[in-house]
Amino acid sequence: MSNTSNKKFLSGDEAVAQGAWEAGCHIAAAYPGTPSTEILEAVVTYSDIYCEWSTNEKVAYEVALGASMAGARALYASKHVGLNVAADPFFSSAYIGSHGGLVVITADDPSMHSSQNEQDNRYYGIAAKVPVLCPSDSQECKDFTKLAFDISERFNIPVIVRLTTRTSHANGVVTCEDRRSVPIKGYEKKIQKNLILPAFARKLHASLEERMLALKEFSETTDINRIEEGEESVGIIADGVAYTYAREAYPDAWFLKLGMSHPLPEKLVRELASRVKKIFIVEENDPIIETAVKAMGVDCIGKEKVPRVLELNPDRLRKAFFDEETAPLDVGDVPARPPALCPGCTHRPVFAILARLKPIITGDIGCYTLGALPPLNAMDTCVDMGASITVAHGIRKALDLVQDEKQKNRKIVAVIGDSTFFHSGLTGLANVVYNSSPITVIIMDNRITAMTGHQQHPGTGKTLMGADAVEIDPAEVARALGVKYVKVVDPYDYAATKEVLTEAINLDEPAVVITKRACPLYDRSMWKKPYWINEDECNGCKICIQIGCPAISFKAEEKKAYITPVLCTGCSICAQICPKGAIHASEDN
Amino acid sequence: MLQKTTNIFVAGVGGQGILKFSNLLCEVAMRAGLDVKKSEIHGMAQRGGSVTTHVRFGKKVYSPLIPQGSADFMVSMEHLEAVRHIAFLNPEHGRLIYDPYEIAPPEVYTAQREYPADIEERLAKFAPNRVAVPAFENALKVKNPRAQNVIMLGTLSEFLSFDDALYEEVIRDGFKPKYVDSNIAAFHLGKEFASP
Ligand SMILES: Cc1ncc(C[n+]2csc(CCOP(=O)(O)OP(=O)(O)O)c2C)c(N)n1
Repeated sequence: MSNTSNKKFLSGDEAVAQGAWEAGCHIAAAYPGTPSTEILEAVVTYSDIYCEWSTNEKVAYEVALGASMAGARALYASKHVGLNVAADPFFSSAYIGSHGGLVVITADDPSMHSSQNEQDNRYYGIAAKVPVLCPSDSQECKDFTKLAFDISERFNIPVIVRLTTRTSHANGVVTCEDRRSVPIKGYEKKIQKNLILPAFARKLHASLEERMLALKEFSETTDINRIEEGEESVGIIADGVAYTYAREAYPDAWFLKLGMSHPLPEKLVRELASRVKKIFIVEENDPIIETAVKAMGVDCIGKEKVPRVLELNPDRLRKAFFDEETAPLDVGDVPARPPALCPGCTHRPVFAILARLKPIITGDIGCYTLGALPPLNAMDTCVDMGASITVAHGIRKALDLVQDEKQKNRKIVAVIGDSTFFHSGLTGLANVVYNSSPITVIIMDNRITAMTGHQQHPGTGKTLMGADAVEIDPAEVARALGVKYVKVVDPYDYAATKEVLTEAINLDEPAVVITKRACPLYDRSMWKKPYWINEDECNGCKICIQIGCPAISFKAEEKKAYITPVLCTGCSICAQICPKGAIHASEDN
Repeated sequence: MLQKTTNIFVAGVGGQGILKFSNLLCEVAMRAGLDVKKSEIHGMAQRGGSVTTHVRFGKKVYSPLIPQGSADFMVSMEHLEAVRHIAFLNPEHGRLIYDPYEIAPPEVYTAQREYPADIEERLAKFAPNRVAVPAFENALKVKNPRAQNVIMLGTLSEFLSFDDALYEEVIRDGFKPKYVDSNIAAFHLGKEFASP
């Protein structure tokens, strides 16, 4: 039955792309970020949608909004924190509304599997006055994305579809349909709508409130909000993937399944309340539905039982519903296995050098954030994308005012990846030059966006759709912004890199050093035969162990270092730093 | 056919083909006409961290996550990872299918501690029902070092009720032509490890 060709086993991200395609979407813009990255990576497989990696989320949002203004159906996608970057145009777009359908995908990350926080982006719907759809599985990811385009055009408003890691990165069977052909309406000048001067905005705000009232009515009648009858006198109100956990943990309960959680269908809530004696609210992270239900005066159990921190699962819900606890199993001590810089990583030598020079190191977000971990320990701060340069500037200005000579003389280095530099490093660097501070900015240019799985960016010379593009050179950019000291080095040349970094850090002016070499996972052509350690020459000093390469380990009994051949990429950094010259290239290299 | 949901927890280290393993398995179940859900954490998969997936199939599956103590099978491609996630295995009937291959975690390769030596004893305690599969070793022997995962799939298949032809079809559709034969061979090799 399911092996007919219209059934596909899709992740939620892929299903969003399929839904956008079926809905006749014309334009999709995004910046990568786990767990949303695969949406555009799937969209690009449909040749009838124009799609792009924009330089950052604000840019992507404005691209989608512009496309909507021109009457096209447009999709924006990012991880939850991406919408923070895009928040400014996002808020304005609620006033402006849509011409072509405008759908905003936010992929939240409860449990922070690969994020710096677990903010709940359903709040954006409330704050900006935009409807929020919360699919619970891949089929709904597809269906709701399609529906979101219709809602957007019918109610003249952008629509949020909120995914979470367990919808984005969960697969399910999806029934696929054909693409609807939707014409692009074309551009019409309409300044009362598209140009939000205060005089126009005042009217737009009033209209937005009316649009939300109409949407509230829609929320009562749409079939994505529905009551499912149960056997017991307990009701559960749930949205998103949490619904599937609750279904499994409490199969006999009544359900109000919310596909659209904002605006809340209050009549349906009251109807459920009239059928059951007790109501649980099951939602991940913050008590958003709960707050609204309580404000209606309806009694319910929420965050006092259902955890607010970290993602939910059937076990946590069983505990919330029945106080049934699954006792944790004591399996003994298991060493952690966090992600680490890969063998051959081009970031490793830079951190190994910084660990010796010991400046204050303000970090940024990307693979290179892993340089903060032991044994390198070469990073002091990490806040959000672009913050390495700006935080370094702030620290510099503060330490300039300090009396203590030791503090005053601290050197400050900002490390930022190439994709992150184009995302939000440019304005920070301009600020460093403009408000002059003698910090060193290291742009770790591994020629790709590595962390999220190797996406193109403005420095790589390729677009998402595979076209050749202008390859913007960070060195030229830095010079154009007024930096006098700009040097490019190959991080696989340890001595040269160390020399340049030492020089830059000791300058009295802003310096930019670009450590340039492709990520070895992206460009395997540079791999060499494994290196090996001559045990007769190794004195067990562990200097090679201190760079934290997964390919090098230490034999405790023999007190010798050892290279695991299947892991070694032949980058030679260990050989360059071995004081005994005990590490050698393979003869046949 | 199956009324009850079958739960399979898959564990290993980034780069071992855990996601591919799960995709092949899910595709088989889907083509057999079942409802299937899979959930994975792969944000950091390439950087050598722990990787896990939850695979569930049956008549109708809601949650993409397996509750603790309810995995009918746990497949682990690495020794330590089997211990790390063993709480997911059903303590009564759950079966562990694991490769005793050992990959050093960071604390071990940076010489801060030794790789635990008592893993077999711990597994004996928590997973009395278990099958050790020397898949990594044998993948090197069949000259496809990346076939470890498909060897394990072969072993698992002996305990599930899908036809071999279905697995072969899915393997054929799931790999580039030049890798199909070695993977089908790996699949059949894996079956031999199911009965000691
Ligand atoms: C606002 C925001 N958008 C996206 C992300 C996801 N993200 C984390 S790091 C990164 C890119 C890193 O690329 P690059 O700077 O080139 O460093 P690399 O990983 O290649 O070392 C992205 C997209 C994020 N954390 N925050």
